[in-house]
This record gives sequence, structure tokens and C-alpha cells, in this order.
Amino acid sequence: MAVETTTRAKVRWGLLDVLVVVFALVPVLWIASLSFKTPATLTDGNFIPREWTLDNYRTIFDTDQFVRALINSIGIALIATLIAVVLGAMAAYAISRLDFPGKGLLVGVSLLIAMFPQVSLVSPLFEIERQLKIFDTWPGLILPYITFALPLAIYTLSAFFKQIPWDLEKAAKMDGATQAQAFRRVIAPLAAPGLFTTAILVFIFCWNDFLFAISLTSTERSRTVPAALSFFTGASQFEDPTGAICAAAVVITVPIILFVLFFQRRIVSGLTSGAVKG
Amino acid sequence: MADIVLDKVSKSFPDGTVAVQDVDLEIADGEFVILVGPSGCGKSTTLNMIAGLEDISSGELRIGGQRVNDKAPRDRDIAMVFQSYALYPNMTVRENMAFPLRLAKLDKETINAKVDEAAKVLELVPLLDRKPANLSGGQRQRVAMGRAIVRQPKAFLMDEPLSNLDAKLRVQMRTVVSRLQKQLGTTTVYVTHDQTEAMTLGDRVVIMRGGAIQQVGPPQELYDHPRNLFVAGFIGSPSMNFLHAAVQDGSLHTALGEVPLGDRVRRELEAADAPRELILGVRPEHFEDAELVDEDTRRRGLEFEAPVEIVESMGSDKYVYFTVEGERASAAELEELAADAGAGDFAGTGGNLVTRLSAESPVAEGQSRRVWFNLEKIHLFDPTNGRNLTLHEGRSAGALAD
Repeated sequence: MAVETTTRAKVRWGLLDVLVVVFALVPVLWIASLSFKTPATLTDGNFIPREWTLDNYRTIFDTDQFVRALINSIGIALIATLIAVVLGAMAAYAISRLDFPGKGLLVGVSLLIAMFPQVSLVSPLFEIERQLKIFDTWPGLILPYITFALPLAIYTLSAFFKQIPWDLEKAAKMDGATQAQAFRRVIAPLAAPGLFTTAILVFIFCWNDFLFAISLTSTERSRTVPAALSFFTGASQFEDPTGAICAAAVVITVPIILFVLFFQRRIVSGLTSGAVKG
Repeated sequence: MADIVLDKVSKSFPDGTVAVQDVDLEIADGEFVILVGPSGCGKSTTLNMIAGLEDISSGELRIGGQRVNDKAPRDRDIAMVFQSYALYPNMTVRENMAFPLRLAKLDKETINAKVDEAAKVLELVPLLDRKPANLSGGQRQRVAMGRAIVRQPKAFLMDEPLSNLDAKLRVQMRTVVSRLQKQLGTTTVYVTHDQTEAMTLGDRVVIMRGGAIQQVGPPQELYDHPRNLFVAGFIGSPSMNFLHAAVQDGSLHTALGEVPLGDRVRRELEAADAPRELILGVRPEHFEDAELVDEDTRRRGLEFEAPVEIVESMGSDKYVYFTVEGERASAAELEELAADAGAGDFAGTGGNLVTRLSAESPVAEGQSRRVWFNLEKIHLFDPTNGRNLTLHEGRSAGALAD
């Protein structure tokens, strides 16, 4: 009886899961389908293209516009992720380990940044960056990305650091390690899953951002893909760019999928097991 | 190898709580000293101060004659075994044990030789390539010990290293620890809350309560000559029986009858500020079935009759629980000990007397039995400050001493 119930529950949950996945994936698949259609069949309403073509992909890689934006996107997102994770790790470590004056304030302020509507910061940032002459440059985007990614990084990482037994660090110190050695050789390897998880989240945040990318850039020099897409015109000005935009959208999801797949293998759960009893 | 000296060492926290107060302790080179006490007595804080994991608020700590108050743990050359073992889960057993040596920048061959040697001593050789997650509790414990001994430090600090093991393994590991310490001859400070461990392991035992040392001495001395009520109640299993006693005309009125007093105790009680009420302490083994006591011994003690509640036959002897009437002994120390034993809110133990009688005793549950107890072995405590009144120049001589 009990087994039957669980089987039925499993089926029910399974169906629900499928429904959710289909709901989430249909638009993505639709875009993928559009990217393989020829301009003539673009609006024929078929989910599976009647005529397959790779022309759209050829078009976007022929234009300098897209390739340049792709390079910008990869460069900016990677640098911002790296800096945010390193800074976030240090802050999170201090928050989870030390009791220092102003700790509550630090956590509060970082939460405040996360809650702040980014739209309201666009105009001031625009003015500031123009004054500082970093408007339409890589640092001009990297800086705000770090700012908004840090709260996320600090929160995720401090949760991970709190799981690592305090005793391990004491043991390392007793074994003759300095504070830095204890962090580098004992704590950091154990926090690796947390670091990779955080890196993925921050990277996706930077990669997908449209608001700052469109407001704080003006040329191909630093425009990232999400912003560049909106300037897309296709091979010639008179061509309908829908197919090309779809192809570009598919292309920019690829690095994210690769990034996640690459780091997912490093996220081994239960890495800290065996350190301390129970 | 070195001696460790604590000179008026205190620890207070920013919020004003004092964890350790004016601890004076000299630990000789090669000595095995146990810090024992109920939870919150400051024993672990004391150990952490020796380790350098906690700052010393005042006083001086010397290791090998050198002041180390401001030295980092890594510069003190001492090893520590943690209650949680604190093995590095990302390293194999070999790497765990080699870690302190690698930090000390020894060359690879020396490291391997030393790790192999330590592994042989602790029988860890077949486990060297495993990760801590794949070890049993006892094996993890041995790896933790291995990591400590591999470096040949000046001293070992052990913070309840056996308390996570199950009872049988704990007894077994106790002998391993003891043998290892004798073999290496390294100064060792061992923290535990288990009085059996304290009694069996150490050269000397330090009993702490509320951040202060109560008594320091070899286990037998603490057992036979407790300086105060707390030490008497803490050491021994089953613990000492405590009964209320009223002073009346040169003798003591207790639930076990009139206890005669010798001159020495009487003189103590004649002082103006002497307490009118005392606490009588008798260890379970100082009782005997009155039938089995010969005439000569009988004169040195006192007899009483009480109903038998429970008989626990241990084979070698019998633990017999009697119900006795009369007021319960009460003192702050006793309440604290009961709370630590987890019986603070359990009144069912009141009025009971635990005795250890010979196995030949025909005692049976439900009947009444005549029992004798040795007056030369009893202790009398002042309930206001816990002082042992029968203690004279560090020796306890019972109630009859002249």
C-alpha cells in the first residue's frame, strides 16, 4: 500500500516537473528553432524548421560587431567574476570567523546594495563614469558588476565558510601554519565548492546584464553581447535581423552552459566529511 | 621536552566573565597532568591558553623556562589533539600526518621516515593512503594522535581526545594514550570531564571549578584526602555519600546514628565561628555488612540498620542501595555536582545511600540489614565553604583522630 502511494506520488511529481521544465524551455527552444530557419520560413509557425539553414550563424560571425561584443562579454564577465569572488571570499571569511566592530553594519550595507534598484543608479553612474573618463571602457562595466555581485558572493561564501569546522583552522595553527597558510592550505580547498558555486552565480549575473551594458557603453569598444544584440541589423540594413538575433542569442547561452558544466564537476558535495566526528 | 609553568594565569572576556582565575600550576618535564572538572570550569580555556589559541588576560605562561604569552601557537612547538580530531578531510592519512612536517620545511625523505615511524607506533600503516572520511572513529582518533607525535614537540595538549569514542574503545584507547606518553616521555596536559579517565591516566590531577583550581595531586591522594566537598564529590564512582550531620554535645547526630568525635575535630568545632551543621561524607567501599566484620574492626566503626532498596551484584562485590531517613545534605557544591551529572532536577536520588559490600554478604532486596561503616575513613565538611574538617596537614584521618 505504502509503496503504491509513493509510486503514485512519484508519477505526480514527475509530471509536475515535466510541466515546469517544458514551460521554461519552450521559449528557448523556439529561439533555437528560429535561428535555424531561412528568412522565408521564419513566420510559418512551425516549431521544427522545414528548411534548415546555418546562414544566420554565418551572418553573425561575419559581422565584426558580434565577435567584438562576444570578446567584450567574456573578458568583462571573467574579470569581474574573478575580482568579486576573491574580494567576496575575504569578506565572507572575516564575517564567518571573526567578531569585529562594524560586522553587523557591513552585512547590512551589503544587503542594502543587493536590494537597491539598479535603475535608479544608472544616471548617477553615467555621470560619474564620464567624469572619471571610464565611460564606455571595460573598467566602466567591471566596477558596477563587482559592486552588485559582491553581496551575492559574500552571502553565498559565508554560508560555505560557516560549514567548515573551526577546529580545522586551530589544528592547522597548532601544526605550525600561519593564518595565511591555514587559509590557503586547509580552508580554501574545503571551500572550493562554495567558491565555484559563487563564481557561476556571479558570472551569470555579469553575463546576462543588459541595463548597465546598454547605459554605460556607447561603442563597440566595450559593448557586451546583450547590449549589442539590440543594435543588430543583420548583414545589410534592409534585411530582417530576427534570424540573426536568434542565432546570436543561442550562441551567447553556450559559454554559460560550458561554464556551468565545467565547474559543476568541481562541486563535489560532502568534501568536508571525515574532518570531525559526526 | 619542556616544563610548563602557569603563574597566576587568568582569562577574562570582554563582557566581564572570568573563565579562569589566578591559576598557578607547575608541570614538570615529562609529566602527565590531567585537568578535570565539570563543563564550564575553565579547563579547556586553560588548555587553549597554553596552546596559544586564546590570549592570556593576565599572568605568565612559561614553556621550557621561556615566557610565551605573546607567541603564536606555531612558535610554541606544542602539538594538540582535538576532541573533534580536526583531520584535514582533503588530505590522506599520510598527508595529514606530514602536514606539520611540511610546514616545518623538512625534506621529503625525513618526512616520509617520520610519518612511517609514527604510523607504525599507532598501527596506522595500512591506512596511510585513505582519506579521513573512510576511517572509523577510533582510526581517526589515532590519526589525530599521529599528527601530534610525528613532530616530536615540546608538549602534547589533549582536549577530551577520547570523549567521542564509544565506551569500550575509550577504555582501550586510554591504555594506548598512557603507553604512548610513557614511551615518548613528553610533557602532556590532558583535559577531560570524565573522572575515571582522570584517575587512571595522570601522574597528577588538577581539579577545577568555576575557573579556579580546587586541588592538585596524584589521583590516589585526591581520592583519599580531598581538600573540600567539591573534590570529594567529583572524584570516585559511585560517588561519595553525603549526609546531613548536626553537632550536639561533642558528637554528631546523623541519619546513621550518633557519630563520636575525636579531640582534633572537637577542637575545630569549639571555635566561635565553627559551623553547627556539617556534611558527613562516606565512600561506598567504607561500608560493610555487619555480619562480615570481625570484632577488632567493628570497634573502629559504627553500625546502623536500614532497609535495602536495590542490590546490584557486580560479581566481585555488591552495590547495595539503602533508604535512610533524615535531612538531605545541602551545599552549593553538591547542587553543582548533581547538575553536572545531569541529575540536578532529579530528586529521586535523595535519601539514598550507596554502599559497596563484599560479595559474600547475603543481603537481599526488601529486607532490613545491619551495616557497619569505618569511622576512620569518613570526612566532615563545612557546608558553608566546603572545607574538609577532617583534613590535617593534607591527610584525612577520619572523625576519631586525637
